[in-house]
Amino acid sequence: MNYNVDEKGYYGEFGGAYIPEMLYPNVENLRQQYLEIMAEPSFKKEFDQLLKDYVGRPSPLYFAKRLSEKYNTKVYLKREDLNHTGAHKVNNTIGQILMAKRLGKTRVIAETGAGQHGVATATVCALMGMECIVYMGEIDIARQAPNVARMKMLGAEVRPALSGSRTLKDATNEAIRDWINNPVDTHYIIGSAIGPHPYPDMVTRFQSIISEEIKWQLKEKEGRENPDYVVACIGGGSNAAGTFYHFLHEKEVGIIAVEAAGHGVDSGESAATSVLGKMGIIHGCKTLLMQTADGQITEPYSISAGLDYPGVGPMHAHLYKTGRAEFIAVTDDEAMHAGMVLSKLEGIIPAIESSHAFAILETRKFRPDDVVVFNLSGRGDKDLDTYIKYFKL
Amino acid sequence: MAFPQNGNEKNITGMNRIHQKLQEDQKLLSIYFTAGYPSLNDTAKIIQDLEKNGVDMIEIGLPFSDPLADGPTIQASSTHALKNGMTTEILFQQLKDIRKTVSMPLILMGYFNPVLQYGVAEFCKKCQETGIDGLILPDLPLDVYQKEYEAIFKKYGLVNIFLITPQTSDARIQQIDAASDGFIYMVSSASVTGSQDGFGNSQESYFKRIAGMKLKNPQVVGFGISNSETFRQATKQAKGAIIGSAFIKFLTQNGVDKIGDFVKGIRK
Repeated sequence: MNYNVDEKGYYGEFGGAYIPEMLYPNVENLRQQYLEIMAEPSFKKEFDQLLKDYVGRPSPLYFAKRLSEKYNTKVYLKREDLNHTGAHKVNNTIGQILMAKRLGKTRVIAETGAGQHGVATATVCALMGMECIVYMGEIDIARQAPNVARMKMLGAEVRPALSGSRTLKDATNEAIRDWINNPVDTHYIIGSAIGPHPYPDMVTRFQSIISEEIKWQLKEKEGRENPDYVVACIGGGSNAAGTFYHFLHEKEVGIIAVEAAGHGVDSGESAATSVLGKMGIIHGCKTLLMQTADGQITEPYSISAGLDYPGVGPMHAHLYKTGRAEFIAVTDDEAMHAGMVLSKLEGIIPAIESSHAFAILETRKFRPDDVVVFNLSGRGDKDLDTYIKYFKL
Repeated sequence: MAFPQNGNEKNITGMNRIHQKLQEDQKLLSIYFTAGYPSLNDTAKIIQDLEKNGVDMIEIGLPFSDPLADGPTIQASSTHALKNGMTTEILFQQLKDIRKTVSMPLILMGYFNPVLQYGVAEFCKKCQETGIDGLILPDLPLDVYQKEYEAIFKKYGLVNIFLITPQTSDARIQQIDAASDGFIYMVSSASVTGSQDGFGNSQESYFKRIAGMKLKNPQVVGFGISNSETFRQATKQAKGAIIGSAFIKFLTQNGVDKIGDFVKGIRK
């Protein structure tokens, strides 16, 4: 079984490029060039250099001793929270800004939900002196004021998405509309492993640095490259894609994707796409998505803005369908408590997205000698308000 | 005038209504509206009034929650229509008897996901029974259509309409022309629907370039046509033009009782 994208842009039955003709020249141009550009020695050199000197890679692989004792298994944390800008998102935006330059683009657009991808995009645009416009749902702008301020300080223009539910889904629609209106000079930096081919594959490759590093870091610590399990939270799925990538075809490695159950999978307020979704088309790709019987895309819910997306990347839909990955849904409450456990036991306050991944330790049993690597995709600074309100701190 | 009895039973010449219409001499005025807007049950009245007032062809918009190629006007009308309760099934119900009163070509236009969920074959069959002549599904790409759906569309007598834009390469236009059997929907500029006031030199030269390609399919221009002047400019070279956002704005302001005024304003 192949878990990577095929030459037509599909992961099994998922993926493809379901885009209006207005986007065809840009997407086709990218499709024809992305692999070639990524393979250029000068591109690789610049990418590696920036990841090292600017982002601060490699991110540590940390053996979480007290967490391991509590749950009686060997827990490792991949510290993406220590990256510049505080999350894994920057791995992708560094890659894509270099791609945009090589494609001759001078203007960058992006969508953002909680603002993490928006900040990571604004950051690399500042670094490269490129014009940057970030679309963000009007509601998200109101509830993520610090990230809006960060983007502005970094020189980006934050444009409110006023249509539909005025959240991430609509910000993505607005970014796509902008790209339709500006087909020549603009590159669209999609923040997750979604969108029309080649985006899911390109984003996955830029994020695959995570699993590439896990391999050699684990070799140093455990004497073997392959853990027994890799675990990551999943919204659109970019941190999960990067965490899983080099283990997809390593049969002895168990892959666990943790979705946001919100108030509960059956509560009507959830973002557990693998359970609640059906095959359909969202933002240019065929994948599992939450929708009505009539094919209208519905609003997901999660306490974590980064997991609050009605679809899931096509690679993950394929991993779910084929049974290659185990999907577990974690509620708001379970995630919030897991965030507190990690803070108290390890002195690390995680992003609420990442907290979802750790929450499975309460219910999913591992053997004492299992090596379980969790991707700690982001830090919790941005979520302090939510933690304060939830725990009445 | 003799109306076809029902559905897509072929008339004497054996041609789809779109093909017949394209053979007529005049420049074609085509109107887009979103089904279920302003009110859920306005669909049949809007179609009948447009025909009575001399419109040549209609695109009936199937509303979608995430219309990513549409500007604010059509987005708002779609959201409104969905709030009114419009669904694919209700639309087919509303159109059940439309062929008893209307003879011009009717095209359904929408995004692919609702069609996929309805079942593509079932959707096409329903279109044929209803008397729909063609489909415009902007996010159903050419290669997927040819590989998976062309046979189904043809089985049910449906013409599939593809879009081209000023950025579409000549080679791609040739490919689309070869795959088309009806007309080509020529998007006037790099934009979502309803986002401009008039045509400039770049559109003029684009219109000329396409006319010069001598394609086998006639072209109908859409996006950015809002009045008699832009209609005239768009149809200087092309066979016809489609008006969408401007008509929806008119409905928002005037309701469904003065549709004749809108059409006269374009054809003056």
